[in-house]
Amino acid sequence: MLVDSPPEPSAETAPAPPGRRAIRGAGLLLSVVVLLALVFASIAVGAKPLSMDQVWHGLFEDSGTYADVVVGERVSRTLLGLLAGMALGLSGAVLQALTRNPLADPGLLGINMGASAAVVTAISFFGVTSLSGYVWFAFVGAAVVGALVYALGGTRSATPVRLALAGTALTAALSGYLQAVMITDNAALDKMRFWTVGSLASAKMETIQQVLPFLAVGAVLALGLARPLNAVAMGDDTARALGAHLTRTRALSMVSATLLCGAATAACGPIMFVGLMVPHIVRSFTGPDMRWIFPYAAVLSPVLLLGADVLGRVVSRPAELQVGIVTAAIGAPVFILLVRRRRTAQL
Amino acid sequence: MKEIRSRASRTRAIGTQATQTQGIRTRAIRTGGGISVRFDVRATVVVAALLVAALTASVLLIGTGDFPIPAADVIRTLLGNGDPGQEFIINDLRLPRVVVGLLVGASLGLGGALFQSIARNPLGSPDVLGIGQGSTAGALLMIVIFQGSANEVAGGALVGGLFTGVAMYLLAWKQGVHGYRLVLVGIGVNAFAVAMNGYLLTKADLVDAARAVVWMTGSLNGRDWEQVWPLLTLCAVLLPLVIAYARPLRMLEMGDDTSYALGVPVERTRIVLMGAAVLLTAAATAAAGPVSFVALTAPQLARRLTRSPGPNLLPAMCMGATLLIVADWLSQRAFGADQLPVGVVTGVLGGVYLVWLLVTERKAGRI
Repeated sequence: MLVDSPPEPSAETAPAPPGRRAIRGAGLLLSVVVLLALVFASIAVGAKPLSMDQVWHGLFEDSGTYADVVVGERVSRTLLGLLAGMALGLSGAVLQALTRNPLADPGLLGINMGASAAVVTAISFFGVTSLSGYVWFAFVGAAVVGALVYALGGTRSATPVRLALAGTALTAALSGYLQAVMITDNAALDKMRFWTVGSLASAKMETIQQVLPFLAVGAVLALGLARPLNAVAMGDDTARALGAHLTRTRALSMVSATLLCGAATAACGPIMFVGLMVPHIVRSFTGPDMRWIFPYAAVLSPVLLLGADVLGRVVSRPAELQVGIVTAAIGAPVFILLVRRRRTAQL
Repeated sequence: MKEIRSRASRTRAIGTQATQTQGIRTRAIRTGGGISVRFDVRATVVVAALLVAALTASVLLIGTGDFPIPAADVIRTLLGNGDPGQEFIINDLRLPRVVVGLLVGASLGLGGALFQSIARNPLGSPDVLGIGQGSTAGALLMIVIFQGSANEVAGGALVGGLFTGVAMYLLAWKQGVHGYRLVLVGIGVNAFAVAMNGYLLTKADLVDAARAVVWMTGSLNGRDWEQVWPLLTLCAVLLPLVIAYARPLRMLEMGDDTSYALGVPVERTRIVLMGAAVLLTAAATAAAGPVSFVALTAPQLARRLTRSPGPNLLPAMCMGATLLIVADWLSQRAFGADQLPVGVVTGVLGGVYLVWLLVTERKAGRI
């Protein structure tokens, strides 16, 4: 299996003594090493087999040969995988903390569906056909739905249940719209069926530059929210007593999750399950401290995404399996195993 | 709890016909032979009203189409006194579609109520837990790989749904099936099936893909008597079974430990009812495709109308049938005959209903 899980320190949830902190730090370091190995694998392995020399040549002495072009494309693809994975993992972790629900993922809040509905509109009504043309539509769609969910959820008085319900409601209505368009417009269906599964294959440096600022702002916000979200996890009253600013934390969390997930979805389509599964797994060995969950999720999600992408390129040569399909195909069994292993699964 | 309370009050008040417990009005019919049936007045009224609504919508739906027929003529023809032309249109073309719609809606409503009750979670409906996606996977396999006929697609959907149901139960089994574990495993199974369906769609010809998307939305177009009989037989067999287990199910909602203590065979009840729910859902999906949100919303709507705790099986079933027929009628009226499948309307209606729920519940300060 390409998706390595880091060494697991025991799954106790007692406050970490200095020794445990060292172990967690080492685990994080090891995860980064695994990630770097996967980055290399993602550049070296692909539908077209290349030798080490060719890869090296393409990376550092680019002279425009066919192999060099292949390597160049793989580099941008890897970079996008790295960024998108980090964004999905972080946004999942933020949303799970915000809604206090380990089953929350960007899909639950309707962000994915918002992006999908915007893309189908772009294809069917505005005649946009290029993948880089979708990016802005998808991002705006995600942002609008994120804002709507927050507004329907009650802005200042938003509670986790209301946010989840608002997300489900908008997803339902938008999926009806999406299906209606796909049924009446065959050309849109043809484009959408490839976009919806989520893929890194069409990654371009241009796309990455488009979404990078949003990803950066979202990531910085998310990491800064780790401490206030720790307080929010203890319940609204306790959080208030501890001096956390509830309304501000919720609003900023929504902004951060929408930026991260919206940008990732805009760049590579709605990749399901990474944002749900990785924070879930991470929590099982870091315990509930967001200051550990966020960095781990940010490192391990690209591990899953890049690993799945490399696997997808290898298993059905010369064709490729889209990364969204492979992530779910690997992720779902792992997730079920995890659910079974826990003695009492509690919300 | 109501069950116990009203039973206790009934034994106290032998001879009286009506008992008032916590605002829920129940009545009992007794015969001389010592047989008695207790029923909830409000729930009975709701069921009757829903049946009337479903039949009215059915008559309207039969009258709608490229060749509109007034409601009076529809009723006359259904009673067997119509003119031959209308008789052909109604009995051979439109009636089977409506009957399939009623049966599918009823099965989805009942299956949804059973699942939500067993999972003890209003989100534990078969479409969230992957039965719908499993059926879809079976159907897509037939459409994309084998270019199968409509019947083969229905068979594929049935097998896919049943297989998913069994797999889910086995995967969630660990000295019994815990409600929360069932939901989580179901979400995992669902993700897997979604990925598989996405893959099959990308591999298909565009023509097959278009056919697949219509099927995946859920549609009643072009259904004939062939689809009616299997579904009707299944409902006729399963409904008495489900009703027989309705009492233990009600106990089960109080938690496994309490149910054991009250003498309910917990695991048997769960496996029988889950089996029935999976069969109902898979058969309904095979007949009309995975119509979204009926299984999710029908039990919730029914519960709001009856204002009664417990699974509300019969009201949920009638609500499902009403919802589906009304949605189909709306889609026929709004977009023209056979333009948009019913699944589009149920999706949009489901979303609007949830938003409405959100707004009203917020005003009432309940969530």
